[in-house]
Amino acid sequence: MTGLSSQAPPGQSLRPGAASAGMPPIEAYARRQRRRLALLAGLLAIMLAGMLVDIATGPSGLSIGAVLHTLMDPAAADAGIRVIVWEVRLPAALMAVLVGAALALAGAEMQTILNNPMASPFTLGVSSASAFGAALSIVLGLAIPGLPANWNLPLFAFLLAFGSVLLLQGLARLRGTGVETLVLFGIAMVFTFNALVALIQFVASQEALQQLVFWSMGSLARATWAKLGVLAAVLVVMVPLALRDSWQMTALRLGEDRARSFGIALGRLRFASLLRVSVLTGTSVAFVGTIGFIGLVAPHIARLLVGEDHRFYLPASVLTGAGLMSLASVGSKLIVPGTLLPVGIITSLIGIPFFVALILSRRGSLG
Amino acid sequence: MNAASGLDIAGLSVGYGTRRIIDKLDLGGISASSVTALVGPNAAGKTTLLRALAGLIPSRGSIRLDGRELAGLDAVSYAREVAYMPQTLPPRVALSVFEATLSALQSSPTAQDVDPKQKSLDVLQRLGIAGLAMRGLDELSGGQRQLAALAQCLVREPRVLLLDEPTSALDIHHQLTVMKLAGEVARERGIIVIVVLHDIALAARWCDRIVVLSQGHIVTDGAPAQAITPGMLAEVYGVEARVERCSRGFVQVMVDRALAD
Repeated sequence: MTGLSSQAPPGQSLRPGAASAGMPPIEAYARRQRRRLALLAGLLAIMLAGMLVDIATGPSGLSIGAVLHTLMDPAAADAGIRVIVWEVRLPAALMAVLVGAALALAGAEMQTILNNPMASPFTLGVSSASAFGAALSIVLGLAIPGLPANWNLPLFAFLLAFGSVLLLQGLARLRGTGVETLVLFGIAMVFTFNALVALIQFVASQEALQQLVFWSMGSLARATWAKLGVLAAVLVVMVPLALRDSWQMTALRLGEDRARSFGIALGRLRFASLLRVSVLTGTSVAFVGTIGFIGLVAPHIARLLVGEDHRFYLPASVLTGAGLMSLASVGSKLIVPGTLLPVGIITSLIGIPFFVALILSRRGSLG
Repeated sequence: MNAASGLDIAGLSVGYGTRRIIDKLDLGGISASSVTALVGPNAAGKTTLLRALAGLIPSRGSIRLDGRELAGLDAVSYAREVAYMPQTLPPRVALSVFEATLSALQSSPTAQDVDPKQKSLDVLQRLGIAGLAMRGLDELSGGQRQLAALAQCLVREPRVLLLDEPTSALDIHHQLTVMKLAGEVARERGIIVIVVLHDIALAARWCDRIVVLSQGHIVTDGAPAQAITPGMLAEVYGVEARVERCSRGFVQVMVDRALAD
């Protein structure tokens, strides 16, 4: 039979993505994979650079050299600088990276599983539920006996986030529940929990109200090594589990019916994924408060850079989210000199123009 | 061919909630290396039947492939036997043709193919779209997209291939390409192809057997020349039509007018 030849004439297309058109497909594919690995390495470098700048930025400015020196050899460093770097800025900088990574992975998985580019941990009411948990803890003083006082807020934020995802999962497992139903249910949860938070704010004391409002804006200033340990452990477990499902999630992009006819147990895949989302979101929101936008925008940037082969898309989302949060953290210290703004405000301010620029410049690329 | 070979459907009932779409349908002897068309008016139950055969919606009754009941199989084993191609590929998918084909093969947990990349490429070459391998699915024309979708099914080497209106969005050139390829792969690979079509002339030209469905029941079933008659067209579609043979011997349908309800 006739048909298109597997080898198009060289130079036939001027599209950058078609630069390898003259190559046999398997070779062209391998080359594209190598380029994607290089992009991942580039994202990692950007993230690390962002972290260094983040540590160097603050009321008492430090040079990158001094930061590096203090990180490499704490004992030889100036005591004042050592305290600033190791006890104040490094925990906050690491928290930024971990939270960015966690929210981005959660968002990337949700966008695939729910087949909805607007899905993120915040679209489906998980963060609202979490804020409600925090409000309960702050205003009503709910506490678990025997638990250190400062762990009560994160615990309640996490429990409510988890509960909301269990509700979503229950709905997802009902037979015949489509993606649209799930998203509508999520939106209903957003409004419900926001109303409940407003109700609690209405009855709250002035002091509790202030605390609640600040928490809900999202801040990295409450980072401790214990919290960092928990979040790092969550990521160490969740990232490999997500990657294990990466082929199935890639195939799911070809449509739900098609994926099921490939033999993918969609119910199990969705359940496992939403469980990961709840743990990632719950712990992040619990430790730093509400930070929107990262979970939505990082996956979009990753998709534009490396396409939707989830073996690359998921790690790229993680690294992009981590890098964006680092940049947001730097911004939160620089925009109003001498004032540390809540980072949740900054994620939107720096994220949106970046996002728009990327969409306009690299539409539809496969990396 | 022994009596148990091929696909046999017996007493198949499918419904949504309390609404019964297909009621105790029997359809036997669909043999390997053949293309069977499911035709019928809108809401006749064609897609429902196809989705039930694909194991995507629950059904009652028996679906046997070479004498073996498919209903008892787990999702992965079922998917090894039966591939289903929905009407369209979803939009805005940032995957290349090659990646999509590869992921169709790699997503099944027990797939142990020695060289999945070569296998994917072989299928693309067979369908004549290897030159599009690195192109994004979103960059393809309608006809190319259908061929890419077909590749995702064929790479899994199913025994039964179910195609849901594969030609609905295509111009006549690509309709012909897709139907011709469906017939060729059916014979080359000895697979059973069942295809839902709206175009009766296309079905008559490219399919070995025509099954006419109406309101969940089989109205007629047989070779194109037997199944497609003015009587059937009047009864099922409510049209007055002539069925004639063209100079090359193929069945042609000429619709003259709609009959009053």
